Amino acid sequence: MAAPEPARPERRRGVHTISLVVNNKPGVLVRVALVFSRRGYNIESLVVSPAAEGDDLSRMTITCSGDPDTLEQIIKQLQKLVDVVHAHDHTNDDAYETEIALVKLRAGIDERTQILQIAENFGAKVTDYGQESLMLRVYGSSDKLDAFIGLLRPFGLRELVRSGKILMLRGLSET
Amino acid sequence: MPTAKKVPTGAEKLVQCLEREGVEYVFGLSGGAAIPIFDALVDSKIKLILVRHEQGATHMADGYARATGRPGVVLVTSGPGATNTVTGLLTALMDSSPIVVITGQTNTTNLGKDAFQEADVTGITYPVVKHSYLVKDPRDIPRVMREAFHIATTGRPGPVLVDVPKDVSSAPCDAPFVDEVHLPGYVVPGRADPAAVAEAARLLQEARRPLLYVGHGAVISGAGKEVMQLAERLKAPIVNTLLGKGAADETHPLHLGMLGMHGTAYANKAVIHCDLIFSIGARWDDRVTGKVDEFCTGAKKIHLDIDPAELNKVVRPDVALVGDARLVLEDLLAVVEPGDTSAWLRQCQAWRRQYPLKYPKKGGLRAQHVLDRLNHLTEGKAVITADVGQHQMWAAQFCKTTTSRHWITSGGAGTMGFGWPAAIGAKFGRPEAEVWAVVGDGGFQMTMAELATAAVHGVAARCLIINNNYLGMVRQWQELFYENRLSGVDLEGNPDFVKLAEAYGIRAFRIRRAADIDRQLRAARAVNGPAVVVAEVIKEDNVFPMIPAGAPISHMIIDPPKHRLEKPVGST
Repeated sequence: MAAPEPARPERRRGVHTISLVVNNKPGVLVRVALVFSRRGYNIESLVVSPAAEGDDLSRMTITCSGDPDTLEQIIKQLQKLVDVVHAHDHTNDDAYETEIALVKLRAGIDERTQILQIAENFGAKVTDYGQESLMLRVYGSSDKLDAFIGLLRPFGLRELVRSGKILMLRGLSET
Repeated sequence: MPTAKKVPTGAEKLVQCLEREGVEYVFGLSGGAAIPIFDALVDSKIKLILVRHEQGATHMADGYARATGRPGVVLVTSGPGATNTVTGLLTALMDSSPIVVITGQTNTTNLGKDAFQEADVTGITYPVVKHSYLVKDPRDIPRVMREAFHIATTGRPGPVLVDVPKDVSSAPCDAPFVDEVHLPGYVVPGRADPAAVAEAARLLQEARRPLLYVGHGAVISGAGKEVMQLAERLKAPIVNTLLGKGAADETHPLHLGMLGMHGTAYANKAVIHCDLIFSIGARWDDRVTGKVDEFCTGAKKIHLDIDPAELNKVVRPDVALVGDARLVLEDLLAVVEPGDTSAWLRQCQAWRRQYPLKYPKKGGLRAQHVLDRLNHLTEGKAVITADVGQHQMWAAQFCKTTTSRHWITSGGAGTMGFGWPAAIGAKFGRPEAEVWAVVGDGGFQMTMAELATAAVHGVAARCLIINNNYLGMVRQWQELFYENRLSGVDLEGNPDFVKLAEAYGIRAFRIRRAADIDRQLRAARAVNGPAVVVAEVIKEDNVFPMIPAGAPISHMIIDPPKHRLEKPVGST
């Protein structure tokens, strides 16, 4: 069973989450990325997926860090792109956020019990049980994933893949 | 059995689309990947103007667009043909000029394979276009062309690039023409929020020292009449940006001329002392604000712009008006009442008398004198296309512009080489108008190959070369701020520009001394065809007033300084 999610997970300082609906066409990702890079804004994670509206549109969820004045300009410049249908900053919105991580560890007999205990506490699932390795899948807020990974780090992370954050506004509000 | 109607090629369809858009001229230079499109132009009523370098084509299209308000069209080939348009795209983007650039491209099957003259043109140009297309299916041509012209010309105008692979332009295209565009991500603002208009009206009425700060947006939207009505209603003085020249009559008693780095002292005095500044289609550029933290700190600010991204970009206005300048001013004029500004107007007139623009008329030929006379002889009615540098600032100061679309220059990008091809484009668009390029010897040499284009087509544009054998603006900075350590500014080896023009079969005239000015300018005006006038001005002269880059406006230098100055903190 997954650990319960806090309603408003504490956000890392200076990290913003932006949601876009864009045309599903070649080059759109570059146009979006250039708006950030020109202003020295670093994209921390970026998730592109099909939009509910149909095959012609995609959804992008971007987390990035930088000062708020520049962020306002970035949102406006994103909205200016012809291929961007809408761009919203959800940094202060009431949204459900989640992220998935896959973690691979070298896990001998000695460490295995401890690792599995941590996994159980975070509602992580064992997705590959090898002779000398474990693969775990965990999901939840980015902060929860940070904590989980922090606890496992002393055991020696072999590989780590995070999906990047996705988010959806609660109620009937449009993300 | 009826014979089947011939299906046009993609290139023929593309040219038909240009015809439907009302295109008169295509400025271009041919090449392998674009041959099908050049071929289709043979049977079209559209006139192809063959340039000598693709950059020239972009500036011609830009000059045409700014002189007429209609989009300019460029056609070039793939690879280097396309990359040579990048400077022109940047120039058009920075100054919101509607041009459509069509580039040939290698066959779709060769994309990404380093084929001959292949370049990732959409990739290279993303940061310098309003929008762009890589057409991979000939059936998309009618839709793409309609969208390209719609996007280039509406809202805040800008350059649109259409990259057309050779197999796409060669293949049959049976798609119908498109009239309606469907662009859910593209919104064109019109009228502003009425509550914001009412709030702006309230602030304008309450102001005792209001100032209208007029930019290119007022020119583009055709808001000149409304700007003047507002100024007269409020009894508010006007200043304009470099690109806002002509939106309102610069010779009107309420007009204080250009503000900013090389603006008139009285315009900048008004900026320092106003209690309200109303930006109408201007963007608080660093050439205008100087040190932005100290810009109009005590004044209320109203910002009207069609581009929402301009609001809060540089300054945070008290009232933001998103919309078309003409429409928003119409709504504002319906509600705004005059306030009491009489003391303010007296003060502005006193500054005008106290700090006039001036230059010495003795001691060698000066650019200011030549430009002052050009303005006088043409009665301010010529279309002037200025290049970039000292001559541009002197032209902005002394060539007073009375109506919109009579002043064309590269403002945002500061593109040297713009002036002469822009004049050619402007003359194609406005054959009835007298068109003068005002260029320096440095910028002219960047695009002077277009002398051939003007000669071949008998384009009766005039080119006034202010020749001081220097990159004068940089020399001025080095003199004032870098202990006169001149570096990279001496244009030794300049050709004899009169002989150069004559080599193209173009009539050319030389001004060596003040006494020559009127005679030679008159002689050039009388030529039936292109003409060049070379003014051999004194080598070392400086543009004043001047606000050092990054300094507050109050640090304006009105007269030549007697002591060495600190290096400016602004980047350029």
